[in-house]
Amino acid sequence: MTKAVLSTIELLVLLLPAAALLAVYMARVFRGERTFLSRALRPIEKLIYRLCRIDEGGEMSAKSYGLCVVAFTLVGCLALFLIQMLQGILPLNPQGLRGVRWDTAINTAISFGTNTNWQAYAGETTMSVLTQMLGLAVQNFLSAAVGMAVAIAMVRGFTRRESATIGSFWVDLVRSVVYVLLPLALVLSVVLVSQGVVQTLRAPVEVRTIEGATQVIPMGPVASQEAIKELGTNGGGYYNANSAHPFENPSGLSNLLENLALLLVPTALVLTFGSLVGNRRQGRALLAAMLVLFALGLGLSFWAELSGSPRLSEAGVASGENLEGKEMRIGIPASVLWAQSTTATSTGAVNSSHDSALPLSGLAQLFNMGIGEVVLGGAGVGLVGMLFYVVLAMFIAGLMIGRTPEFLGKKLGAREMVMAVVGILLPPVLLLGGSAIALVVPAGLAGLGNPSAHGLSEILYAYTSAAANNGSAMAGLSVDTPFYNLTLGLVMLIGRFATLLPGLAIGAAVARKKTVPSSIATFPTTGPLFVVVLVGVILLVGALTYFPAFSLGPILEHLLLQAGGAA
Amino acid sequence: MTRRNPDPGRRRSTFDRALLIQAARGSFRRLDPRKLMRSPVMLITEGGAFLTSVLTVVGAVQGKTASFGLQVSLWLWFTVLFANFAEALAEAQGSARAASLRRSRKDLAARQRLADGRIETVSAVTLRKGDVVLVADGETIPSDGEIVAGTALVDESAITGESAPVVREAGGDRSGVTGGSRVLSGQLTVRITADPGETFLDHMIAMVESARRQMTPNEVALQILLVGLTVLFLVVVLCIPAMAHYMGVATTVPVLVSLLVCLMPTTIGGLLPAIGIAGMDRLVQRNVIALSGRAVEAAGDVDTVVLDKTGTITLGNRMATEFLPAPGVPREELVDAALLSSLPDETPEGRSIVLLCKSELGIKGRDIRAPEQAVFVPFSAMTRMSGVDVGLRRVRKGAIDAMEALVRGLGGYFPEAVKADVESIARGGDTPMVVAENARVLGVVRLKDVLKQGIKSRLAELRQMGIRSVMITGDNPLTAASIAAEAGLDDFIAEAKPDAKLGLVRKYQGDGHLVAMIGDGTNDAPALAQADVAVAMNAGTQAAREAANMIDLDSNPTKLLDIVEVGKEILITRGALTTFSVANDMAKYFAIVPAIFAAAYPELGVLNIMRLSTPESAILAAVVFNALIIPALIPLALRGVRLRARSASAILRWNLLVYGAGGLLLPFVGIKLLDMLLAALHLV
Repeated sequence: MTKAVLSTIELLVLLLPAAALLAVYMARVFRGERTFLSRALRPIEKLIYRLCRIDEGGEMSAKSYGLCVVAFTLVGCLALFLIQMLQGILPLNPQGLRGVRWDTAINTAISFGTNTNWQAYAGETTMSVLTQMLGLAVQNFLSAAVGMAVAIAMVRGFTRRESATIGSFWVDLVRSVVYVLLPLALVLSVVLVSQGVVQTLRAPVEVRTIEGATQVIPMGPVASQEAIKELGTNGGGYYNANSAHPFENPSGLSNLLENLALLLVPTALVLTFGSLVGNRRQGRALLAAMLVLFALGLGLSFWAELSGSPRLSEAGVASGENLEGKEMRIGIPASVLWAQSTTATSTGAVNSSHDSALPLSGLAQLFNMGIGEVVLGGAGVGLVGMLFYVVLAMFIAGLMIGRTPEFLGKKLGAREMVMAVVGILLPPVLLLGGSAIALVVPAGLAGLGNPSAHGLSEILYAYTSAAANNGSAMAGLSVDTPFYNLTLGLVMLIGRFATLLPGLAIGAAVARKKTVPSSIATFPTTGPLFVVVLVGVILLVGALTYFPAFSLGPILEHLLLQAGGAA
Repeated sequence: MTRRNPDPGRRRSTFDRALLIQAARGSFRRLDPRKLMRSPVMLITEGGAFLTSVLTVVGAVQGKTASFGLQVSLWLWFTVLFANFAEALAEAQGSARAASLRRSRKDLAARQRLADGRIETVSAVTLRKGDVVLVADGETIPSDGEIVAGTALVDESAITGESAPVVREAGGDRSGVTGGSRVLSGQLTVRITADPGETFLDHMIAMVESARRQMTPNEVALQILLVGLTVLFLVVVLCIPAMAHYMGVATTVPVLVSLLVCLMPTTIGGLLPAIGIAGMDRLVQRNVIALSGRAVEAAGDVDTVVLDKTGTITLGNRMATEFLPAPGVPREELVDAALLSSLPDETPEGRSIVLLCKSELGIKGRDIRAPEQAVFVPFSAMTRMSGVDVGLRRVRKGAIDAMEALVRGLGGYFPEAVKADVESIARGGDTPMVVAENARVLGVVRLKDVLKQGIKSRLAELRQMGIRSVMITGDNPLTAASIAAEAGLDDFIAEAKPDAKLGLVRKYQGDGHLVAMIGDGTNDAPALAQADVAVAMNAGTQAAREAANMIDLDSNPTKLLDIVEVGKEILITRGALTTFSVANDMAKYFAIVPAIFAAAYPELGVLNIMRLSTPESAILAAVVFNALIIPALIPLALRGVRLRARSASAILRWNLLVYGAGGLLLPFVGIKLLDMLLAALHLV
């Protein structure tokens, strides 16, 4: 337990200052101010504007902004789909892989285009080097940047008064990539290479193992992809084993850095929000709410994993701690910390098998995703999702103090409410419906590797992960079938737009409004009471949504395990 | 039209027998699904009740046991009826008040002057806009209107409860009269300003009748949240059979419907209309007629109130407070001259001088009359002085420049000391009035703008609520500053021209403030129309009343506080009951989910933390609790959650504790007790 606490503290002590610095930097970037990297990056930015004929001072209404987001995402998905289908005849295919099956290709295209990175396939044996580099890695950058752009546009809405526009999608997108993601990814890739992450275009190596068998080890440009996979909260691994694979995550340091990287941008964006609205304490209050929720899930997971499984103790195979499905190099604390980080943010990269985690850890992970990835969340979209809950919480709080609900001086009316309700409730409705269908149709049940409560958890996890655009999986479910590829693909797509578009709509709605100066009758939204209300609303909405499903899934599984029944 | 308040200031008992019966009837009438359309939560509940009933009957025909299904159906119907009852009761209360107002108007007669000049006696209810009626001593004014000729002393106590009669006269800002008030002395010609059906009374009735009531923006937003939650719970419940089927558990429709109805926000969904209606009704009890629910709720957000000085902050007339004799003039002589010149003077200033003289001379109550031969010289804009001639004595009082010219013209001189007194009085924000007899200056009377009683403490209360008060006045900055300081105003605009009011309201709104405007004069009308919350004094002009969205029958400017309070209470009640309603769901889950699954998976029995006796009793207890909580909360919904004068955080903390934490815990206790009762009665 001491080790668990120490690793958590270590992570936070490194994360928070780094995020604070990045937050200040990003606030300058998105305000269009000079930064220390401007000398190098400004010409690139300008070049892109010139080549793409982007008007740097251009402004868009929420409608045009949203259309750009949708079109850009769909075009990205289409390009990725085509690359996968045609990879057999395209260059940089040292393994001579054939085109990806159509349904897998659709699923993967949506998955990477929506920042989900759900992988129905095994990377090293399905995707050519070209697909990995030109298809998947590019989407890793772009999908993360789309999320950041939308978050910035939404926040901009809160800072504007009686404005019909919320900024330019293209400018926000370019700045996210050029000033934030590219430099960070570049640095992290190089550091990861130093730790032993492979980065090569060579063909797979054939080696003779100690036992004398022949093994083919696929190689590739892993480090470059690994960096953006974490930084962009994407999570799609080069290898099927993801960050449990020694070529992706070779050392203790690489594990720590990757874990930090997947938390960095979402955390910093929350603080950037504070800077942009001119109230840093507001950013800190939101972050505090997120960290409280983070700590709750982490505590539950640690408690479950360190108490261990009674079945394992009975079998005498472990000291009681649940080492099943953990990479021995990484160990329990780092695995649990990672699992919590990856499901809290919408990363979905894994360094242990979530299928083998104990039911209560699974519950924590499902909850993180089920509430819509708002505990830090995905790059940009986490902040957007959290602001939905803020609208809801401030609506209730506003009524209870007898004022028309407001946040940051913006009155919250019917329009904001519709959008927040859609953003908060549509993904759960989708994922519950999807799971229910999968649980009754033969095509859904066919993929199950485990019966009973754990099977239910697996299916629930799959749809939750898709709706929340997380991408991690309980691997026990065979999902590379047309049924799962298509239904999960649809859920990912709707889940993504159900966050982005309401976010833009709220941004536009508040931008149009006047800003009400605060008075002594205004409820302060930077104090502990705000954090308590926000956390309370999130927990209540989550609990009310998932009580029956979790009761039959992880909770029943846990009870059966404790009772010694079939786990 | 009479706006007679049946029991001003007193709150009507929530449970009046006749009203209860009327409301009970109404709750059945509202079972019509078309009427329930406005409340989706209740519509679905009714659908569930219908479905369960049909299935129970079909099951009973097929010979299955119907006891559980029957009881569930019954309580689901009760849930809808209770919600209907809440709305019907609120409406009954409002319309009872309206009906008593209507009754009092019916048997009123009016003397109408027809176009050809003939006078005809007609019933007050037939009067239309533009009709002209005559009202003489002792008669009741038949409808709202504006005086076109005459001056009269009017008793408005029937409407406002204020016993002191008021002067109403043609022209100016005091020309409005209200139907139901009585003329004590004088003769009035009144032009009627409201058509039947368009009067304030009709607006008021519309505000308390749910079918015609428009939802306020806050209500719309809340309704959206409730619909969202309903959809969510619909999906959650619809998914349960699939999950249960996979887990090898069978589910039945009555159980699923029970769960759905328990989860849906039926408590707030059922009480929502009643809260709004009752809020409007509470305003009427405080003698305010709101013409827009939106404005009432906006009052809770107001952070700036613009007040007209005259009639709102001050009494509107200056009062004499001090005599300052000229050098060498005995004090008695000044007092005597001031008294003499003011005795026939009926202006408020004149009367106040008489009062002050009486107290100076130690005369109490004794009637002093002006000497028989005295000739009163009234104030005129030309001379800018008034006075009295008694033989050769010509006593005059007036503004300094006019008096100085007069004295000098008569060959007298104007003492420097008096000039100094005049200046010091003006510096203090008061009005000096010089008194002279023939060419001799006797001294100065200090006239002070007197604040309305209690205005200072009410303004302080406003400030505590976060509302800044701004006075607008035509006075010079010195006078304005002195009044502002005395009344405790946050800001003032002096030497304002009439159209400055509109500009001021716009300016504050431009800075993002929500502005309330209180006014009574015709020149206030544009500003009233622009303001977010506009309260017109009932005594004000027709233009002002038409521009406003609230009319204060008492013509008391500090009524804004009451309006703010009611507006806030409406919002708080909604927020509190929403929180309560949603927090209730946790306990219901803990009752119903183990009841569905614990038979197949005994391990899930640990979720039955209330240790409810059987699955049936658990589900039924939850449904009964869900139904009974609605009538239990009707008094709270109608009365409103009380507003406490504390900081926003403190209010929120308290309400969260009571309605959030309370809402979380109470049903655990309630469901457990109901379960014990059901088991004891062998109902399941």
